[in-house]
Amino acid sequence: MLHRAVEDISTGSDSDYSRSWISWFLSSKGNEYFCEVDEDFILDRFNLTGLNNEVANYAQALDLITDQLDDEVQDELRGSLDVQARLLYGLIHARWIVTARGLAKMVEKYKRGDFGRCPRVLCQSQSLLPVGLIDVPYEKSVKLYCGRCEDLYSPKSSRHGSIDGAYFGTTFPHLLYLVYPTLIPPKTGPPADAPGAAESGKNRRRGREELPDVTGTEGVGEGISTASVALKAERYRPRIYGFQLNETAKLQRWQEAMRDRQVARLEELEERA
Amino acid sequence: MSRQAQADVEEDTISGGDEVMEEPEEQEDGYTSSTPTSTLTWISWFCSLPGHEYFCEVTEDFIEDDFNLTGLNSMVPFWKEAMEMVLDVEPDEDAAKIPDVSIVESSAEMLYGLVHQRYILGRAGQQAMVDKYESGIFGSCPRVYCVGCNVVPCGRSDLPGIDTVKLFCPNCNDIYVPPSSRFQGVDGAFFGTTFAHLFFQNYRESAPAPFWKAPAGASASPRSSSASTSRSSPFVNPNPYGGQKRAAGYVYVPRIYGFKVSERAKCGPRMQWLRLRPETPAQLDLVDWRGRWIDEDEYEDDEDEQDRRMEDFDPDAADDDDDDDEEEDDDEEGGAPPGQPQQHGQRHADSIPPARSVHAVRTLPTAPRQDAPVAIISLPDTTGGKVKMVRQWSARPPALTGTA
Repeated sequence: MLHRAVEDISTGSDSDYSRSWISWFLSSKGNEYFCEVDEDFILDRFNLTGLNNEVANYAQALDLITDQLDDEVQDELRGSLDVQARLLYGLIHARWIVTARGLAKMVEKYKRGDFGRCPRVLCQSQSLLPVGLIDVPYEKSVKLYCGRCEDLYSPKSSRHGSIDGAYFGTTFPHLLYLVYPTLIPPKTGPPADAPGAAESGKNRRRGREELPDVTGTEGVGEGISTASVALKAERYRPRIYGFQLNETAKLQRWQEAMRDRQVARLEELEERA
Repeated sequence: MSRQAQADVEEDTISGGDEVMEEPEEQEDGYTSSTPTSTLTWISWFCSLPGHEYFCEVTEDFIEDDFNLTGLNSMVPFWKEAMEMVLDVEPDEDAAKIPDVSIVESSAEMLYGLVHQRYILGRAGQQAMVDKYESGIFGSCPRVYCVGCNVVPCGRSDLPGIDTVKLFCPNCNDIYVPPSSRFQGVDGAFFGTTFAHLFFQNYRESAPAPFWKAPAGASASPRSSSASTSRSSPFVNPNPYGGQKRAAGYVYVPRIYGFKVSERAKCGPRMQWLRLRPETPAQLDLVDWRGRWIDEDEYEDDEDEQDRRMEDFDPDAADDDDDDDEEEDDDEEGGAPPGQPQQHGQRHADSIPPARSVHAVRTLPTAPRQDAPVAIISLPDTTGGKVKMVRQWSARPPALTGTA
């Protein structure tokens, strides 16, 4: 919101005075997945441990991000420095979003659906979360994790498809659901934040938000049991003239038997606990 | 008349940028064209509209055969006019009765769509669609571990007006929303529920096999991996996937700081079964038609009888299974190495029944592993396992022994 206001002013391209590098970066097209890293997180050198080996012109790139770069240096290195600054910001971002404050910011974006919706039909437009396949930069682009089908999807837009996955890291979505177990999506029914469910799901949403209040503070093992949620998950069944296909049905039966085995295992564990 | 003019306009706008333009030479010369000014038939024009890329061109003789239209005339209003529009027949004089040409247009679209649903189930239609499929016009699966498997359009209902067109991926057997919003206006019934699956029955080589085994090495081909795991056997199956293509079988494993999220956690993995494949086709037969494990049923039944041998065997097997599973988990937490899946394969063949081994989910190889040989040495009592293996295999028909 802040950076949108700044964008409207749009005086000269580099008026560091009116807009910081970070807000410029966040408002530029294709960077919608990123959230704002607090300045004091960046300024604490402990948080940047090791990044000087990853980023060339580390000092200047850091200065650029924090808007402390001298103008003459900026002119010299401008082109390459921008790339390095993006890399540095991305790597800091990966560390930031697994902190408590970073997670909270990403939760806001998640609830707004900034990362897109699951393309799987039966996930009913479940909101997605960005994830990397590897924590090393320049290896794999960012993917999107659906908490409902627990699978990975490629971003629809090539703008997002070219973002480095290391800027989000392999840990982030799973840590988010670990820290906010109430956000774990239900396996069935429309998600609380789905566009279509906005009106009809009002009551349901309220109900779901009250649920965390009841079980709220880490009932360790108590509260909502997720042992058998998989049984509620819907799945697509291919049919020819209404008849299931032998091969697919057989595979699906096997998969469901695997599921039942896991459910039995988890329920047994729960009983023992 | 107005349609002609519109067709011409559309032709102009379309020839601008749409890469999915139909080739004009594909049209038959014999069509009864009453529109000499337009080189485009209604069908070609319709199929070249933006958002109609998934449609193939239905031949006019298919539409003209009344048998193919059985039952449709009750579903399409202004049937006669719609037929005339689709077939480019000059309308009769009494066509002036219709107040608005756009009504007929929507009828024509409905008519064409429903005929299209039937056409693509036939031989010619399947052929037309396989051409589109192979050139990737339907796009690819958005799921990362389907690695760009091509998808086909698919309806969720055979009746119009229920849901828009979806895309079916043969690798994950799931349906997805088309990535572009221009397909939001296309009715799923125009493709139907049957087409996608009949298509992969007809073109078996495009359908991924229902089983999948992690490759032995990062670069090893499936054939060399099966050769290395069954070193004793000089025979290599020249057609390892039964005429189907090798599936893309990796299943995503969530990790926090490199450690797998345990299934015991509240937020732990619950849905991996949805994408899981057995390692061999024989394992599919371990589940009966009700979806129960045949083995477990047998064990339950056998408990009642006084079969001493089985009693000795059962608890052993259960224990071994648990141990092995935990070991696999440990191994994989170290970062599944390229060499390890092969080692798994050996262990599965040696020590545990295949069905019980598979819930260790295969992961992408991430890092090489130095201590792999140690794990081989520390295998639990292999001899006991051997005996079991023999028992397991002999219990099954010999044709099902697969790659082990």
